[in-house]
Amino acid sequence: MKGFGIISIICLIVLFAPLLAYSQIEDAVLSDTPLFDTSRLPVFVASLLAIVIFFIATYLVKARAETKIRKVAGLNAVDEAIGRATEMGRPVLFTPGWGGDIQRPTTIAALNILNLVAEKTAAYNCDLIFPTHDPVIMSAAEETIQNAYINAGHPDLFKPDNIYYTTSSQFGYAAAVDGAITRIKPATVMLLGTFEGEALILAETANSIGAMQIAGTDSTIQLAFFLVACDYTLIGEELFAASGYLSGDEKIVASIKAQDYMKIIIIAILLAGGILATFNLDFLSEWIL
Amino acid sequence: MKTRLPIAICFIFGIFTLLQYFSKHPTLTAMYAEILDWMQIIFVFTLLVGVITIFKIHSGKISRKESNWPYSILTVLGIVVMAGLGFGYGTDYGSPFLWIFQNIQVPMQSTMFALLAFFVASAAYRGFRFRNKEAAVLLITAIIVMLGRVPLGHQISDLIPQTAEWIIDNPSTAAKRGILIGIGLGSITTALRVILGIERSYLGGRS
Repeated sequence: MKGFGIISIICLIVLFAPLLAYSQIEDAVLSDTPLFDTSRLPVFVASLLAIVIFFIATYLVKARAETKIRKVAGLNAVDEAIGRATEMGRPVLFTPGWGGDIQRPTTIAALNILNLVAEKTAAYNCDLIFPTHDPVIMSAAEETIQNAYINAGHPDLFKPDNIYYTTSSQFGYAAAVDGAITRIKPATVMLLGTFEGEALILAETANSIGAMQIAGTDSTIQLAFFLVACDYTLIGEELFAASGYLSGDEKIVASIKAQDYMKIIIIAILLAGGILATFNLDFLSEWIL
Repeated sequence: MKTRLPIAICFIFGIFTLLQYFSKHPTLTAMYAEILDWMQIIFVFTLLVGVITIFKIHSGKISRKESNWPYSILTVLGIVVMAGLGFGYGTDYGSPFLWIFQNIQVPMQSTMFALLAFFVASAAYRGFRFRNKEAAVLLITAIIVMLGRVPLGHQISDLIPQTAEWIIDNPSTAAKRGILIGIGLGSITTALRVILGIERSYLGGRS
């Protein structure tokens, strides 16, 4: 609670700070520069299209009674993984990787999953351990987990000492999480977020102690390691769809549907680009690039 | 109020950051630079929170003499000594801070990184086992790509490096791009959900 209060006040101060910046710019420079950068027109059109599709999908999902999402094995296994940890009397370890910070959508997606995992661990009275390399993520995770425990009706089970900052150094973080895995021996390890070189070190260490692993990342290189070393892997977009999938919230499900519509448009553009390029007509690619 | 205020701030800054991308106007650029500066300031404050957390957790472990508590002494000592040396003697070349960093921290990091080689071998052993059709495809592809990347592959046949190159340039790149498009779209919709306040679970609230 305190963390968000402080961050909110700082953000409000930031809102007024640009006014000071504005007063330092010369009038001549201001009048010479156009407000819209035309070189970014294709990105602007694509962004606008994405927003429109997002709202259309929300409307369509609301209009229909039910929207089907394909089964994702990794997300179906979340309940099983927490149940396993509860039965074994050992904790669940969740870490968002070294590669991301709070601005990254992957980190937000990981925190969304963390919220749902924390609600379940609270309901099952199972310890949840969250080591991280970023103090901002630590503050956000602490808030997320604490509120999840309150929502689950077990605020007394919340242990703030289980959410901790390790170090910002990549292999220092890997060593700290590796150490925690080998000492605490969690029954379940969730590696969800942005991972880099430390991905396989963590996954293999968790594998060596026999922990059930659910992993997911936006790094295509580390995905290959996770696929080999972990029990379940959320591939790319599955990580972002997780909060909608697990919570079943209508609006989030609508945004997943919007992704599908955007995908159809991208496929259509790719096909059109391919056909046009075959006939040496490059205007589409030139405009986009 | 506790949830509404962060959501409102997120909406304002999210929309502003999105719009400023489409403009090179000096006012917007200056405002964006100012926001980035403030983000750094917030990070430094939270770093302090992080260090305090480390102290709190490890001092608790030491006082309660929990299992492995001597490691906690080492952690606290490490922070105190490095901070003391940094403030006392600086961090320039020849300073004790830099000496410890280069002679203790860097070799330890390199050791952790070196472990990766062994983990790659053990993961490859499990991944490339001939268990089913899919695993067989993975095994054969891996053998071709690995052979194609070393001189031995060239000596056996020029076809091996050519096939390896084809695998990397075509099916592998196609799969990667497919995943990347999915990640890109997922990022866009997650960002929109956060900006519009639909996604609130990261705030600890229900969506």
